[in-house]
Order: sequence, then structure tokens, then C-alpha cells
Amino acid sequence: MRADGRAALARGRATLAGSRSALARSAAAALIASTCLSTSAVAVAHGATARASLPQIERQVMCVTCKIPLEVAESPQADRERAFIQGLIDEGENEAAIKRALVGQYGPAVLALPSASGFDLAAYLVPLAAVLVLLAALAVLLPRWRRRARAQALAGAPSPSLTAADAQRLDADLERFD
Amino acid sequence: MPPTLVTIAGALLIGLLIYGVTAKSASRTLDERVARGERPRAPDATRSLPVLGGHGESSLAALKGRVVVLNFWASWCSPCQVEAPLLERAQARLRRAGGTVLGVTYLDATPDSLSFVRRFHLTYPNLRDNDGVFARSYGTDQLPESFVIDRRGDVTAISRGEIDQAFLDRAIALAQSS
Repeated sequence: MRADGRAALARGRATLAGSRSALARSAAAALIASTCLSTSAVAVAHGATARASLPQIERQVMCVTCKIPLEVAESPQADRERAFIQGLIDEGENEAAIKRALVGQYGPAVLALPSASGFDLAAYLVPLAAVLVLLAALAVLLPRWRRRARAQALAGAPSPSLTAADAQRLDADLERFD
Repeated sequence: MPPTLVTIAGALLIGLLIYGVTAKSASRTLDERVARGERPRAPDATRSLPVLGGHGESSLAALKGRVVVLNFWASWCSPCQVEAPLLERAQARLRRAGGTVLGVTYLDATPDSLSFVRRFHLTYPNLRDNDGVFARSYGTDQLPESFVIDRRGDVTAISRGEIDQAFLDRAIALAQSS
């Protein structure tokens, strides 16, 4: 009875130790997860509130009168747009808000990226279609090219021609192995 | 690549190019109809546009029953600076005859437009074409451009470029006669 009791106690301690270990593992995992989450939350928050810079915006917008990217435009209108952007940066606006304000003032044409509607959609669809067509063509043509190359290799392979002495030696060797 | 596939891809690309050129180039339908002696209905007259430097919106349709010299302009446009005093003088005469000049800014930031208005002491109403859709419906792609619209809301004269006194005189005569 006493032995049984000790065994049961030992099993109970082992179970308790096992659950303590599982609990510790869970706690560690939770700690790691929460650390990761808080780190990413900080990163996201930092990204959302990161101060915009003039060169960063200039790369993404157009000079509306010269029809070229603002970062390379040199004209009075380009300078006005820069001043407008700088004013918003000074007010602490972020990149998205500045771009929204620019569209509000100059229309969607101020954005360097083509819009995803109308003819501008072609700017996204044509390269995609070209890649798909290229992949389809490769899928059709590659096996053909491979087959042709193999056939050419077989047709053009030099036939083994043995001299009489070599043939005799080969036969002798083969006989020895028989 | 199979020749038929190349032909189809080529035809599609050419079709896309033709569509792009047609969709992106300014329409001259109004000019052709006015040149034929027709009086086409002023396009997009009911579109509400924000009042420059003010609150609320207005539209061309709100001026129905009056002769309107619709003038597209921007502060960065040099010919617009030349014709602004002419338009302001015409506004005084048009107002007496029951007409008005209606300015519409295009691809121009509000502070720049307002500074233009102050500089040339413009007293006629001005609206902002934020997204350029209203201007596009008139085939406007260069500034300045002006359209004379009669009391019924039909286009009677078009000037693509800087207007002169003769153009304005005809508009005023129309306002006085109708």
C-alpha cells in the first residue's frame, strides 16, 4: 500500500513537473509572441507617423505643366508644387495625406503612378500579359527545342569505328569475362 | 513562336495604341460642330464644381438664362495673365447686358489661383475643376481656352488660346442681342 502510494505521489509530482514545464513553455512563447507583436506594432506606428520628406514625395508626383516627374522638373510651376509640398511637410502631414492634398489641388494627373482605371490600366495589364504570353510560349517551345536538340545530337553523333586490332582485343577481353 | 500568335499579339498592341491615342487626345467634336454653324449643348453643364476660395459648389447650369464666357485658366499660364484684364473689362459690360464671365481653374492649386485673382482684381465667379473632368469634356488640353455659351446653354463660339477683344465683343453683342 505504502509502495503504491509512493508511486502515485511520484507520478503526481512528475505530472505536476510536466505541467509546470508546459506552463513555462507557454509563458515563454506568449512572451516571445507579445514581444514580436509589440515590436511590429511599434514599427507600424513608426511607419504611419514617419515624417515625409520632399525628395521622397518628389519621386512620386509629376510637374503638372511639364508632364515630367517633379524630381527632375525645373520650372516655376514645379517650384510652386515643391513649395506646396514643403508647406504640408512643415505642418507635419505624412506622405499619404500630402499625396491626397496634391490630388485635391491638381487632380489625379499629379500622381506619377498611372491610375488603375481606363486606358491607364494598360500600364499594369500589358506587362502582365506580356509575361504570361512569354511563359506560355516558353512552355510550348522549350520541349520542342529540347526534342530537336536531342534528335540533332543523335543524328550527328560519330559512329564508333574500331580498328581490326582493337576489335580483336575487345573480343578477347569479353571472352575472358564470360 | 508561332506566326499566328505573333500576329495576334501585334494586332492587339496596335489596337491598344490606337485606343490610347484616341482616349488620351482632346476631343474636337465641339469645334467641328460650331464650325459647321451648329450650336451644340454645353457639355457637363450640371457638374458641380467647388467655388474658388469659397464654400460650396456651383455649376454652369446655375447660370442658365445668361450669356456666359466660360474661361479655363491657371495661374501658371502666361497667356492667361495677358487675357485676364481683358476678361475683367468684359465682365463689367457683360454684367450690364445680363451675362457673365465664368472662370474655371485647371491643374492649379487654390492658393496660386487666389493670388492670381487678387493680382488681376478679378470680380467674376471662378470655380475649380479639381480632377480635370469638366475641362476634358470641352476638349481642353491647353490653356487658356474660352467658350461663349448663349442663354439657352448652347456653345456659340470657341477660342483655343488667348482671346482677343474681337472675340469678347462678339460675346457681348450676343448677350445684348438675345
